[in-house]
Amino acid sequence: MFKLTVNGATHEVDADPDMPLLWVLRDRLDKTGTKYGCGIAQCGACTIHLDGQPVRSCQTRIGDVGEGKITTIEGVSGRVAEAVQGAWRKLDVVQCGYCQSGQIMSAIGLLSTNPKPSDADIDGAMDGNICRCGTYQRIRAAIHEAARSLA
Amino acid sequence: MLKIRQPTTEPRASRRAFLAGGAAAAGALMIGFRLDLRGARAEGAPDLSAVKANPNAFVRIAADDTVTVIVKHLDMGQGNTTGLATILADELDADWSKVRTEFAPADAALYNNLLMGPVQGTGGSTAIANSWMQLRKAGAAAREMLVAAAALDWKVPALQITVENGVVRHAASNREASFGKLAAAAAAMPVPQEPRLKDLSQWRLIGQTVPRLDSVAKTSGSAVYALDIRRPNQVTAVVAHPPRFGATVKGFDDKAARKVAGVIDVVAIPTGVAVIARDTWAAMKGREALSVTWDESLAESRSSDAILAEYRETAKRPGLVASQRGDAEAGIKGAAKVLEAEFSFPYLAHAAMEPLNATIERAADGGYDIYAGLQFQTVEQATAAAVLGTTPDKVRLHTTWAGGSFGRRATPSADYIAEAAAILKAWGAKAPVHLVWTREDDMAGGYYRPTVYHKIRAGLDAKGSVTGWQHVMVGKSIMIGSPFEAMLVKNGVDGTTVEGASDTPYALPAYRFDVHNAREGVPVLWWRSVGHTHTAQAMEVFVDELAHAANVDPVAYRLALLTNAPRLSGVLKLAAEKAGWGKGASGKGRAMGVAAHESFGSYVAMVADVTAGSGSVKVNRIVAAVDVGIAVNPDIVRAQVEGAVGFALSSVLRNRVTLKDGVVQETNFDAYEPTRLTEMPVVEVHIMPSRAAPTGIGEPGVPVLAPSISNAVFAATGQRLRSLPLDLSGLKGV
Ligand code: FES
Ligand code: FES
Repeated sequence: MFKLTVNGATHEVDADPDMPLLWVLRDRLDKTGTKYGCGIAQCGACTIHLDGQPVRSCQTRIGDVGEGKITTIEGVSGRVAEAVQGAWRKLDVVQCGYCQSGQIMSAIGLLSTNPKPSDADIDGAMDGNICRCGTYQRIRAAIHEAARSLA
Repeated sequence: MLKIRQPTTEPRASRRAFLAGGAAAAGALMIGFRLDLRGARAEGAPDLSAVKANPNAFVRIAADDTVTVIVKHLDMGQGNTTGLATILADELDADWSKVRTEFAPADAALYNNLLMGPVQGTGGSTAIANSWMQLRKAGAAAREMLVAAAALDWKVPALQITVENGVVRHAASNREASFGKLAAAAAAMPVPQEPRLKDLSQWRLIGQTVPRLDSVAKTSGSAVYALDIRRPNQVTAVVAHPPRFGATVKGFDDKAARKVAGVIDVVAIPTGVAVIARDTWAAMKGREALSVTWDESLAESRSSDAILAEYRETAKRPGLVASQRGDAEAGIKGAAKVLEAEFSFPYLAHAAMEPLNATIERAADGGYDIYAGLQFQTVEQATAAAVLGTTPDKVRLHTTWAGGSFGRRATPSADYIAEAAAILKAWGAKAPVHLVWTREDDMAGGYYRPTVYHKIRAGLDAKGSVTGWQHVMVGKSIMIGSPFEAMLVKNGVDGTTVEGASDTPYALPAYRFDVHNAREGVPVLWWRSVGHTHTAQAMEVFVDELAHAANVDPVAYRLALLTNAPRLSGVLKLAAEKAGWGKGASGKGRAMGVAAHESFGSYVAMVADVTAGSGSVKVNRIVAAVDVGIAVNPDIVRAQVEGAVGFALSSVLRNRVTLKDGVVQETNFDAYEPTRLTEMPVVEVHIMPSRAAPTGIGEPGVPVLAPSISNAVFAATGQRLRSLPLDLSGLKGV
């Protein structure tokens, strides 16, 4: 039995320690905002925050979470999150939207540590997030937009 | 002709439906599928403006003033929910902030795609085009009903009443009412059959910047995709599929699988062996523990290389003549210069971000409910019914948001929907079943963009004019063998195979296009822009070669051949002008390339600016010009072209699905890597002003990307790369 803190609430989950957090969140806790894309750390659709850091939940075993605080797209909040989601909406970044939970979680992670990222910083933080719909131009623009609104 | 029987015919939705909610299902007795891929302009295409106003089917106004537009199409990212709602809301004069959308139920009579005959489905970039007049009339009729209700209530002439932003007003008596207040009375008014439509100068939403209706849900994690469906007591199933196409289950041992914690049952189904478990992880682990033996006696066991090598041989023989004018052979014989080129194309997986999945359950009333990113509702409903041994009217469809599709969710065999139904049936429908394909299942599951081979020979006279063009193509038809064969294959020629080449707009005096239908056992399907994915590359690269051989500027050379294609010439000129064509100080290794192509009734030209050399290509900038008629939502039009670039770039640079002895080699994003952020060029999109009826833009941005890049690589390096993905290994520095 594992005790998880997800978006500030505590949940008890009975699972194998090797069960990826992705499936725990989606299938056991019905937190379906976090998406499955590849399961092998290639796409970033499953990105969540563990103690504020973006991690791939498909690669994070429930047995390794310990006391870590989990934040998903449903629970992310604060100035940076609002700036990022606001910029995403202002520029209408989304198409199918399926990758965007992960994109937004990665972008919030970036702007939380680097409020004025350069294009190279964005490359470094976001290249692991695939968008098959190809919304990259707007993702980049929205990160700059969010940075401006945070300044 | 595809015949789907729907034995019950329920009454049409009453006129009260637009107030009270939901349209009742009305069944068509027989379905003749038609697909007018070139949109409303195609010969024999239906007159879309003849559609009757049916506000009850498309809009519901609630007492709280919300206006719900019923969307009959799947939105897989192309933004059609916003566009469709915009069309209706503008004619209705609704308050945009009150507009919501809801996906329509399955109903081939009310919600058929007017360009597909009586079939409900999304594809061929037709969502906006086929709905344009239907939704304008629906919105205008609903508006007239609201006005009529107000006129009756206020005892004033309807002509003195105005409507603005969700409010109905009579200025002289200083009375007004919101839509919600009038909705109940309006629903009792007769439906005007030919309501007065706005003049385009009166549009407030169409052609303006209107924010997407799905942005908030899709940035907060609340948008519900098929994979997010959670029904009470739902279980998850994953299926062990055969490693080779056409193989079947011979036997299996599920002892170890059943011991995996969370595994509930293991059942054999026609397409493999399904492991049913309490969650996806348990189902996946259960499948790993399963051992299955396959009967591969009928399986496709060739490698993709071998298949392509056979195509090359086949292309040496004449095929079915798809189109012909003049005497191409004679023209080439007498030419001053003869050029020859071959192009090959690999299988491509759609690789939408959301892998295929669907939830199905048996309801208390004995019917069934299916929840998925449904794209071909009439076909999916009929197929599921056939598997379940029931009638289509007993199968209710619930369309969700789809995490991409690019064509994969509209499969004539409704493959994964049929599989979900088969699992439910084999298991005895003990609980709702969510069939989940993993990324690997999705990628190895077939229904690829066909592998294709083109061979072209053309002659030029001393002035550089084309004297003859001979074109041979080999590829597997998407339609032959599908339920639509009889409707869409003419004299053995599948229009979706040859589109964009056999009907080239270039004024070629002597032209012959032969096609060979290959028959390998690999399932193939439309992939965002279908035949144009390869025909545009073959045509636009080869025309570029002719231009260079004739020593004429590639834009000027094309324009001279496009005198009868004003809209295509228009976008070509616009893209060239905006890109600074011919003015660029392109140094060695950096240059521009151009391509222009019509698909699905829309016209797109692109100029690519690339840096190329020593085994690499970097696309710096893409300037696109598009003519889609009236751009209902210009920002979404731009987004679709930007997205087309991002989507297709990896297929230009590296993507291919290969088979080794029949086994798919690329099964995840490591081996089949989509475009990444760092590769994304700057994309600039220019929209041609137009008063023509709108056409689609979901697909037409794709075809021109590859040839514009290929032509730019040639201009930058002098090396001609024709086949896709571009073979960068041979690219030398300059
Ligand atoms: S699902 Fe975790 S990185 Fe793709
Ligand atoms: S918006 Fe569709 S995958 Fe990114």
